[in-house]
Amino acid sequence: MSNSTVPRSRAEAETTEKTPVASGGATGPRSKPSGKLSLKLRWRRDRVLLLMTLPAVALVLLFNYVPILGNVVAFQDYDPYISDNGVVSILNSPWVGVENFQRIFEDSAFWQAVQNTLVLFFLQLVLFFPVPILLALLINSVIRPRVRAIAQAVLYLPHFFSWVLVIAVFQQLLGGAGLLSQLLRDHGYDGLDVMTDPNTFKFLVTAQAVWKDAGWGIIVFLAALASVSPDLYEAAAMDGAGRWRRMWHVTLPALRPVIALLLVLRVGDALTVGFEQILLQREAVGPGASEVLDTFVWWNGVRNQDFGYAAAAGLIKGVISIGLVLAANKVAHLMGEQGVYKK
Amino acid sequence: MTAVIDKPATEPSRWAAPPRPVWEEKPSHTGLAAKGLVLALACLAILFPLWIVIVTSLSSRKTIDEAGGLVMIPKDITFVAYQELLSGGQVTRAAIISIVITLVGTLFSMTVSVLCAYGLSRTGSLGHRWILMTLLATMFFSAGLIPTYLLVQSLGLTDSYLALILPSAISVFNILVLRGFFQGISQELIDSARIDGAGDFRILWQIVMPLSRAVIAVITLFYAVGYWSAWFNASLYLNDQDMMPLQNVMIQLVQKQEAPVGLGQAIKTGQLSGLAVQMAVMVMALLPVAVLSPFVQKHFKKGMLTGAVKG
Repeated sequence: MSNSTVPRSRAEAETTEKTPVASGGATGPRSKPSGKLSLKLRWRRDRVLLLMTLPAVALVLLFNYVPILGNVVAFQDYDPYISDNGVVSILNSPWVGVENFQRIFEDSAFWQAVQNTLVLFFLQLVLFFPVPILLALLINSVIRPRVRAIAQAVLYLPHFFSWVLVIAVFQQLLGGAGLLSQLLRDHGYDGLDVMTDPNTFKFLVTAQAVWKDAGWGIIVFLAALASVSPDLYEAAAMDGAGRWRRMWHVTLPALRPVIALLLVLRVGDALTVGFEQILLQREAVGPGASEVLDTFVWWNGVRNQDFGYAAAAGLIKGVISIGLVLAANKVAHLMGEQGVYKK
Repeated sequence: MTAVIDKPATEPSRWAAPPRPVWEEKPSHTGLAAKGLVLALACLAILFPLWIVIVTSLSSRKTIDEAGGLVMIPKDITFVAYQELLSGGQVTRAAIISIVITLVGTLFSMTVSVLCAYGLSRTGSLGHRWILMTLLATMFFSAGLIPTYLLVQSLGLTDSYLALILPSAISVFNILVLRGFFQGISQELIDSARIDGAGDFRILWQIVMPLSRAVIAVITLFYAVGYWSAWFNASLYLNDQDMMPLQNVMIQLVQKQEAPVGLGQAIKTGQLSGLAVQMAVMVMALLPVAVLSPFVQKHFKKGMLTGAVKG
């Protein structure tokens, strides 16, 4: 343990010594001379801090890093009935090379899932993404503190509801026995079951996402708006800029880095579109319209016990997702924005 | 009453608008009206469905039958659906399970996260950078559902409540938010405590934590809501229906329209409205978060901002 930390901490000590500014705001006796202290002294000084991080690090290593190894089942004809213990099963399952991947590429259900995922991603990018920005501009222009606080409290609320609850609420409103059908029937029309209609399902999913999370999304934008100096508005007004020009030339530039950051995050996460939300409705709507990559993995692995196949699909998704994150960041850097991490 | 009189006349009401700067144009009446309307509609879109759910859960079978289903205007208030659900049986048990998991899980998550955040809050401490990188990297990849499932199974956590807590116990984002906040605490204060002989645990407990009440409240809420809302891991790792938490029972009762175990007879014979029972379960799921989150609301922005800037 201590052997392996020696080169690491030396390297780190050198870097902190070279760039004292980069170490951020904390400049106490603890951080300043750290480059000059011997490893033994630093260990004695910081061992309690290391001990404190230990539980979290252990959990992350166990549940985020160790399972990466489990992706080897994507190259196996994994047999879950060999043993209750996954490791034993992996060790005794036959290797099949890239057979699972070949099967996936010939599986029309997989391509349907890819298509549904991408359609939902673009739909949400167009119909969901701008809503929090517009709501934030609206809330920001409300200057009465009490009105503002109440509106925020209401708009944030659905974010804290579970997907089970959100879908149950939508079912009561738009389902076959819901309020909409009830009203239609009272006025002599046929009832309407939006919850099970495959044709409109992607819009339904988007509407649910907006209902649940658009209000919460305004927080980041409100924070960015609050950091704009009022002097800028005053100076712009002095120069003759009206209400709308001030929004265009002062407010929107202030939001630009945040919008860019969120776009990067969204694009990097493009293949993840509402797993829990869609899984809950998969049965009612049918997989044709609702299957996305995550539910495809779930269906084939957990339900059909075809773990190798499902893991292969998950691996494809995982690898493409990492590529998307890196690419989105690259684009952000090229556009002069900071992105998720610095260059 | 006296409080109102004692109030200095100059203090503006929180309902009133603060004075407008001289350079700003007077807002037009149409503009104000349009703004108010959009905001009111947005709030209504959220509150109206909740109103219907709550009112229907409190309505008698007769009122629900008269309305032909969901009730918009309360006629009679009755708690019979709640009484039946909470008098022991499936929903009572699920609610207790959910409450215990939420309390235990949140306590565990907060302990681990606060310790880790404090351990990482001193820039330049031994291994600080490596640990931070290890945590940060997990925000960019996921090992995948199947490998995680196989791991939890291999650890023997299937059919154990630990499977609902351990795999999702910490959020790196939450740790970063806490850490960002801890870093903002005056270093002089911490150094003087150290000179007085306080160790790191004591500094954390007696100085850092009391100064970070706001962010701790926010993160506690985030974790608690996460545990309260979770259903997927239970559906994945638990096989015994009697062990299921409230959300999973809600899936059965509301989505699949099943009657709660033991209450089927009462609903069939008409003593109890099946709809009111469904709504009551939904209210039980939404009430804790709806009551708690507004209290923590004023800290949201601060917490999110420090996390975003320093993360």
